[in-house]
Amino acid sequence: MFDAMVGGLSGLVAGFVHLHWSNLVMMCIGGILLYLGIKKDFEPLLLVPIGFGCILVNVPLADLMEKEGFLRIIYDAGVITELFPLLIFVGIGAMTDFRPVLENPYTFLLGAAGQFGIFLTLLLALALNFPYKDAVTIGIIGACDGPTVIYVASQYAQHLLGPVSVAAYSYMSLVPVLQPPIMRVLTSKKERETIMKTHQKTVSKTTAMLFPIIITIIGGLIAPKGLPLLATIMLGNLMKESGAVSRLTKASENEISNIVTLLLGISIGATMSGPVFVKPTTIVILCLGLIAICLDTVCGVLFGKVLYYITGGKVNPLIGAAGISAFPMSARVVQKEGQKYNRKSYLLMHAMGANAGGQVGSVMAAAVMLSVLKGMGII
Amino acid sequence: MMDKWTFGMTMLVVGMGGTICTLVIFSLIMSALKKIFPYKKEEE
Repeated sequence: MFDAMVGGLSGLVAGFVHLHWSNLVMMCIGGILLYLGIKKDFEPLLLVPIGFGCILVNVPLADLMEKEGFLRIIYDAGVITELFPLLIFVGIGAMTDFRPVLENPYTFLLGAAGQFGIFLTLLLALALNFPYKDAVTIGIIGACDGPTVIYVASQYAQHLLGPVSVAAYSYMSLVPVLQPPIMRVLTSKKERETIMKTHQKTVSKTTAMLFPIIITIIGGLIAPKGLPLLATIMLGNLMKESGAVSRLTKASENEISNIVTLLLGISIGATMSGPVFVKPTTIVILCLGLIAICLDTVCGVLFGKVLYYITGGKVNPLIGAAGISAFPMSARVVQKEGQKYNRKSYLLMHAMGANAGGQVGSVMAAAVMLSVLKGMGII
Repeated sequence: MMDKWTFGMTMLVVGMGGTICTLVIFSLIMSALKKIFPYKKEEE
């Protein structure tokens, strides 16, 4: 009887006995993510489930990520199959207003400049001896676009899914902190004070509806490997602009996005198991991700300066910083910075154009990258 | 298997070049569409 009681008690303390120091570290990181999401309001919709998933997966012997564990089932169903990021994209498409970029199509170019960070970071990752597919996945953090990062990582570097996802979402939420100093360093006071022409509504409903269809066809023909990314975001946008399927649009914006965000977040958190996550490579990846997003901003602002000089001072170079995919946070940062230096300056709609261009640009950059990899026979 | 330098430069030149070209094409198409289907106030 005594042996039976000892055996029973050992079952109750087994969790503590098997607790590895790296599990404790990850539980703390999960707690920090929860704190950032709940208290600091940094991307709470994602950081809360990610943080909680991170804590869950680090409880020893619960086996939540083993074959029959509920986190493994969710992960296999939605992340491995790439379904979750694609469903999120339908929601993003339904929520995003691309009209600002259609008002000023040149802002697509700012969206392109904002993707330089992806490719420069890829070079850095290669210089640090990461294998090709890992380097590509790390570079994609520079897309500043969570679902794109998850899509690429789940296909080509599943072992990096945790660090790259955390990097992408954390840095996206830190855009208001990261971008302003770079914008100030790279621009003069005179440039920052530039007032841009008042925005006018010039996009017809037909153009707005043809936009997602044409982008899907042309983009798909140029980069077929990235068509799922492009097609889902454009499907969501077509539903929104057509107004013909308001029930589907609302479901994509709300129910589908919310459910998938919850499942995606907890699945990403579940990849953050201590023994797998706590290693020097993770720190390197987080640093490279930070560099990627800073480089995006640098290249965007520099391209904004080029436009400033080409147009004879009609374009405020600050809007270049919005050429990334952190929508609409980056545009708000630009508006705030512009108003700091000139109260009469209203950059929001111009920055929204660059930001929407950045959204398309990041998806297109990932799509092009995958197609180039396919062309080279790497994937 | 190509070396890292070749791979990286190919990705940078073809990848970034491809992204820019694609977005320029998008930009031109959208400009053309705006001209073909101009905005009319009564659409509101």
